[in-house]
Amino acid sequence: MDISTQKTDQAPPPTAPPTTTEQKRAARGATRPGDRIFLGLSRGSGILLLAIMAAIAGFLAYRASLAISKDDANFLTAFEWNTGVIPPKFGIAVLAFGTVVSSVIAMVLAVPIAVAIALFLTHYAPRRLRSPISYVIDLLAAVPSIVYGLWGALILVPQMDGLFGWLDEYLGWTGIFSWDQGAPRSMLTVGILLAIMILPIITNVSREVFRQVPQMHEEAALALGATRWEVVRMSVLPFGRSGVISASMLGLGRALGETMAVATVLSPDFDIHASLLNPGGGTFAQNIASKFNEASEFGRDALIASGLVLFVITLLVNGAARAIIARRKEYSGANA
Amino acid sequence: MSHAVVNDKRPSTLRGASLPKWSPWAIAAGSIALAVVIGLAGGLDSRAQWGLIAGLLFLLGTYGIAARVEGRRQAKDRIATALVWVAFLIAIVPLASLIWATVQRGTKVLDVYFLTHSMGVVADSEAGGGIYHAIIGSLEQVGLATLIGAPIGILTAIYLVEYGRGNLARAVTFFVDVMTGIPSIVAGLFILSLMLMFDMQPFGFAGSLALAILMMPVVVRSTEEMLKLVPNELREASLALGIPKWRTILKVVVPTSIGGIITGVMLSVARIAGETAPVLLLVFGNPFINTNPFEGAQASLPLYIYQQYSQSAGSTAAYDRAWAASLTLIAFVMILNMVARGIARWKAPKTGR
Repeated sequence: MDISTQKTDQAPPPTAPPTTTEQKRAARGATRPGDRIFLGLSRGSGILLLAIMAAIAGFLAYRASLAISKDDANFLTAFEWNTGVIPPKFGIAVLAFGTVVSSVIAMVLAVPIAVAIALFLTHYAPRRLRSPISYVIDLLAAVPSIVYGLWGALILVPQMDGLFGWLDEYLGWTGIFSWDQGAPRSMLTVGILLAIMILPIITNVSREVFRQVPQMHEEAALALGATRWEVVRMSVLPFGRSGVISASMLGLGRALGETMAVATVLSPDFDIHASLLNPGGGTFAQNIASKFNEASEFGRDALIASGLVLFVITLLVNGAARAIIARRKEYSGANA
Repeated sequence: MSHAVVNDKRPSTLRGASLPKWSPWAIAAGSIALAVVIGLAGGLDSRAQWGLIAGLLFLLGTYGIAARVEGRRQAKDRIATALVWVAFLIAIVPLASLIWATVQRGTKVLDVYFLTHSMGVVADSEAGGGIYHAIIGSLEQVGLATLIGAPIGILTAIYLVEYGRGNLARAVTFFVDVMTGIPSIVAGLFILSLMLMFDMQPFGFAGSLALAILMMPVVVRSTEEMLKLVPNELREASLALGIPKWRTILKVVVPTSIGGIITGVMLSVARIAGETAPVLLLVFGNPFINTNPFEGAQASLPLYIYQQYSQSAGSTAAYDRAWAASLTLIAFVMILNMVARGIARWKAPKTGR
């Protein structure tokens, strides 16, 4: 009897579908009122989250369209932000450039150092130091961005004079590093500050990845006489590559959307400068924060339009990072 | 020729020549000393440059010495070790400086008077005043945000772990992940677009809504991790007794993981407590005490720091207040973090790692 039903289950018999639906109904347990209410509540919250995401995109797009339709300049390429004049002229070219440049500087500085610190914590640090250092890095990830901003503006900026003079003297001929002796409230300073801010998150995720390298891989390399660096290069880094990439993109997402640290440090204008050392430029988030107070309702719509662009960019970056992480489910960086 | 000479001197064992254990420290000390000399001689005034020069000398010195004594592969290994240490130290310097500056400058005006008075009658450029109004604003906005964000986040996590199958759950998981990356200013702009539509003036609760949006995905992720740690045997045992699923979840699953859930909520509270951008857009700031979050502009701690910095035209008194408020904010966030981690350790499910 048992055997025969099993056999009929394996073949597709006409009797199988009803049993599975019955099982499904029993498993769901949605027959009691309490269960139905609770399932409704929890599913409702999930749907609410999706609705919020959709609403963010929808409302931003609606207000942005109000602003862009009245824009007399090209929204994507104009080098000015005059929302008060008639007809209004504004464009995001400078903001897009500044956002990309400051984030790229931050990534170039932060990723190698963060990977090195992650390696330090998993493979190099004395065992006693590992957990206190990890703890400190966790806490640093929790320092509010406005405090980083205040520190950057009042402590870091005065420290940059020496470095800028030196860069100007030896690398000024490239144009990228020329400096007119202005206050060092420039893209490079912003990039350095952003690098400091995103260091903890990249370190945390990379550390989790490096920790999951199979012990066997490392021991095999050691048994072949590899030095510690060769172990890291041959077994740890290849294993952790995708994790490091997604950690970097999470950090990039933070750097792109950072507001207060940029708003406090940068002295903005609406032009693209070749030099990273001279003040000027701006980022999406910084522009919103500093223009908001004086903006009319139309000006706010224009700022919302620039925010929509930022939203789309971070959505793409984060989506890509998550897609890479999803391929290796074990180390989801979402908690970091 | 010299190579042969070195070979002759080496004792004939299978071990290659190696540097003594203290050599990295010696090289480090030597390069720091050299950097100080160069810094003094070259008249470089930034300490950051001295540090960079010392780091560079340390790397070069390590490679040079190790390559001569131990050979190429060992030298590479040593330079990797040196690089990792230098990277760690480079990262520690700004972070230590941040903490040091905040504590040193923040304690100047931080006292009971500062914590219990507002800026109502004090101009931004004068000394005096305090952060009482900002603390009230912060507590109310963050508290309301938590009341909205935490239940929705926890319920969503329960849905994903206990019920979630199929496309809806997959979509929710993906968008929760993406939502963690939304810049805080975008969340602020979203609520702002709603306010523009209904022609509303800034008020505290609007800020709470934006903060709740930022909080939800963090709560979902941490609660999800915690619920997954609850062993299936517990669920099965309860269901086998004929207990409905919703009671199983409320009486067995959630109590087992309550420590972790509370930890996650507290960490997310710590995170939104430091958010400035949405508060700047939606709550606007107010030097007077306003205890009603549903009407009129309010202050908040992060916003107070920003406004003291940016609207005071470089007055020292305002900077001192900004540092003191930073110290208060950091202390609040750190205490939340530490208590949260303490609860996590204390209430960890016994099956956990």
